[in-house]
Amino acid sequence: MAFATTDLTTQTARWTRKDLLGLRELSAEEIRGILQTAGSFREISLRPIKKVPVLRGKTVVNLFFEASTRTRTSFELAAKRLSADIVNIAPQHSSLSKGETVLDTVRNLEALKVDILVIRHAAAGVPHLIAQHATSSVINAGDGAHEHPTQALLDLFTIQEKKGRIEGLNVSIIGDIAHSRVARSNIWGLTKLGAHVTVCGPPTLIPPQIERLGHVAGGAGVAVTHDLSSAIHGADVLMLLRIQHERQEAMLIPSLREFRLRYGITRERLEAAKPDILIMHPGPVNRGVELDSSVADGPFSVILDQVTNGLAVRMAVLYLVSGAPKVDEEEG
Amino acid sequence: MGKILIRGGQVIDPADQRDGPFDILIERGKIAQIQPAIAPNGATVIDATGTLVVPGLVDLHTHLREPGREDKETIATGSAAAARGGFTTICAMPNTTPPADHRGVVDLIHQAAQRCGIVSVHAVGSITKGRQGKELTDFGELFDAGCIALSDDGNPVADSFLMRRALEYAKVFGRPLIQHAEDPALSAGGVMHEGLVSTTLGLRGIPSEAESVLVARDLALAELTGGWVHVAHLSSGASVELIRQAKRRGVHVTCEVTPHHVALTHEAVGTFETRAKVNPPLRTEQDRLALVEGLRDGTIDCIATDHAPHTEWEKDADFDSAPFGISGLETALGVCVETLVKPGLLTWSQLIEKLSINPARIAGLECGTLGVGREADLTLIDPIAQWTVDSQRFASKGRNTPFAGRTLTSVVVRVLRHGVEVSR
Repeated sequence: MAFATTDLTTQTARWTRKDLLGLRELSAEEIRGILQTAGSFREISLRPIKKVPVLRGKTVVNLFFEASTRTRTSFELAAKRLSADIVNIAPQHSSLSKGETVLDTVRNLEALKVDILVIRHAAAGVPHLIAQHATSSVINAGDGAHEHPTQALLDLFTIQEKKGRIEGLNVSIIGDIAHSRVARSNIWGLTKLGAHVTVCGPPTLIPPQIERLGHVAGGAGVAVTHDLSSAIHGADVLMLLRIQHERQEAMLIPSLREFRLRYGITRERLEAAKPDILIMHPGPVNRGVELDSSVADGPFSVILDQVTNGLAVRMAVLYLVSGAPKVDEEEG
Repeated sequence: MGKILIRGGQVIDPADQRDGPFDILIERGKIAQIQPAIAPNGATVIDATGTLVVPGLVDLHTHLREPGREDKETIATGSAAAARGGFTTICAMPNTTPPADHRGVVDLIHQAAQRCGIVSVHAVGSITKGRQGKELTDFGELFDAGCIALSDDGNPVADSFLMRRALEYAKVFGRPLIQHAEDPALSAGGVMHEGLVSTTLGLRGIPSEAESVLVARDLALAELTGGWVHVAHLSSGASVELIRQAKRRGVHVTCEVTPHHVALTHEAVGTFETRAKVNPPLRTEQDRLALVEGLRDGTIDCIATDHAPHTEWEKDADFDSAPFGISGLETALGVCVETLVKPGLLTWSQLIEKLSINPARIAGLECGTLGVGREADLTLIDPIAQWTVDSQRFASKGRNTPFAGRTLTSVVVRVLRHGVEVSR
């Protein structure tokens, strides 16, 4: 089977971490390494037989304390295409609902000799907590408003694929920055790879001192604007975020209607945009709120490419944290 | 009980403006003499050479967890932790289960403390029934039972009308209401200081104003009623400034700060360190410096531990779920010496004042000073010895400290309460 084994070996040489918890702690070099590895995995999903034996004999647990369909499915398929055994644990099935602590749940799973824990939790820091106590590898599949590293990696991968570069691009992230793990991971990832990041939203959805986040030598990490047209002007990429209905109840926005009027992306608003602008969204989209259907389904949208690339990125991450040997050794 | 002579120490008794080499003779548990040189005459001699001899420390703010959460702490283990930290008097906050909102619980606390007989424990009763912030407790009954103050600590008294009436009514008793100043609408859901660290970690923040808004209100109500409000565990510079101005106007207000708020900032949370999760939260370096300045200029009357023991498994949780609180009795002195005395911000005498006579006065207790005829509550401190904090060796059941592994200066050598050694 044609498989880029040599590429993979050179990439793993750079990866020394047990876990992937966030992009904040990764170097630009490590991020590029993941993206390159993902590139070599992308082709597997295009084959008639979508499976390689890279993780054969490894056990992956999708430990999702918070409901998720797309991320869980993406990780599940990624693991299966690498021939790993995968177990899904959803909130209603987990003993957490019976008052067991997170660490007790993990200790029980580890007693079953699993290799990789993919963690999704509504509380920030749960993957860090687990990683500190577990011998298995931990992949953060989204923790509260903290980080969602594989989402940002697939976003970076998609931008790289469409634009051919990340360095020097203007990326505007729009909407509920305060509650967004996607925004935080992207701020770290994009700034480390040299993009200029602007965040845009009403002041209630911009967390304090966000401008100091990100990795930019000798300057502010990210720019902040409350004005959508200035966020669109000159942007190479617009990243939209899902606005949660609860934000209205918490008095962070007066109404979803008001949000759409000021911050929703419509075709008219995009008339002032660069002709080759990319529209991205981590999903699920609130059509007619942060993004009109005409834009979500329009020519600038790469939303479904993001989903496709997510699979390759997650295969790469599973492969890297597993520390698996190169394929030809595995096959003997 | 025989005679004990504490010989050769440096006696620091701020209430008496005493700071020099003195011997102290103890007879029948009370201080009989303080003189430059006292002959033993058959007394048991404790050699205090090289140590500071100070009044037994007084903590205005201790959580003992009994009754209700004896897995976190008991009156016995909390008392032992207090003695280990150099304290001979502690004040037990009322957020137990059931809360100290009636005589039964107050009596239970005092009796249990007496049975273990390590340190003096004084209950703080609650301001409202069940600490629910709705109906006043029977203040008179609680003070008759020996409460030194009332507080809904852990919960603020959010209702302004109720706080007004409480301050007004409490005037009869000449005792303070201790307010945990936090506007619950502003802090709702928050788990740490609102700022760069909370933004980085994606955690819900508690702005400093959640505290200062309620401090401002309480100062206005104290001014209106002439009642006495004592503000617990200050965390923000804005609160210090409000109290400074109110004191100048003659408002009857006192306040305290914890060692951890003086020593640490929100940076201590690092990457989800739950041992640094405390309410009010650790704030910015600017706030920390304002708290130090408040101690220096007398705006902040005393240092109180807010000793809040929790189990290891509760703290081994995600940051949102982990309980607020730091086990503070055994590190309080060392942290204060390290943070305040060593850099020259407070003298030893000023520090001891904030840890003994000042809290004793606020509590209306006779302790906190070494006058002849008083109970012999005193602590011997080696001011230069160093030790490394090992929470596994705490006498407290609560090992939840952000200071684990830190090297601190000054070691509590001996503690005598009513003339009896209680520290070992």
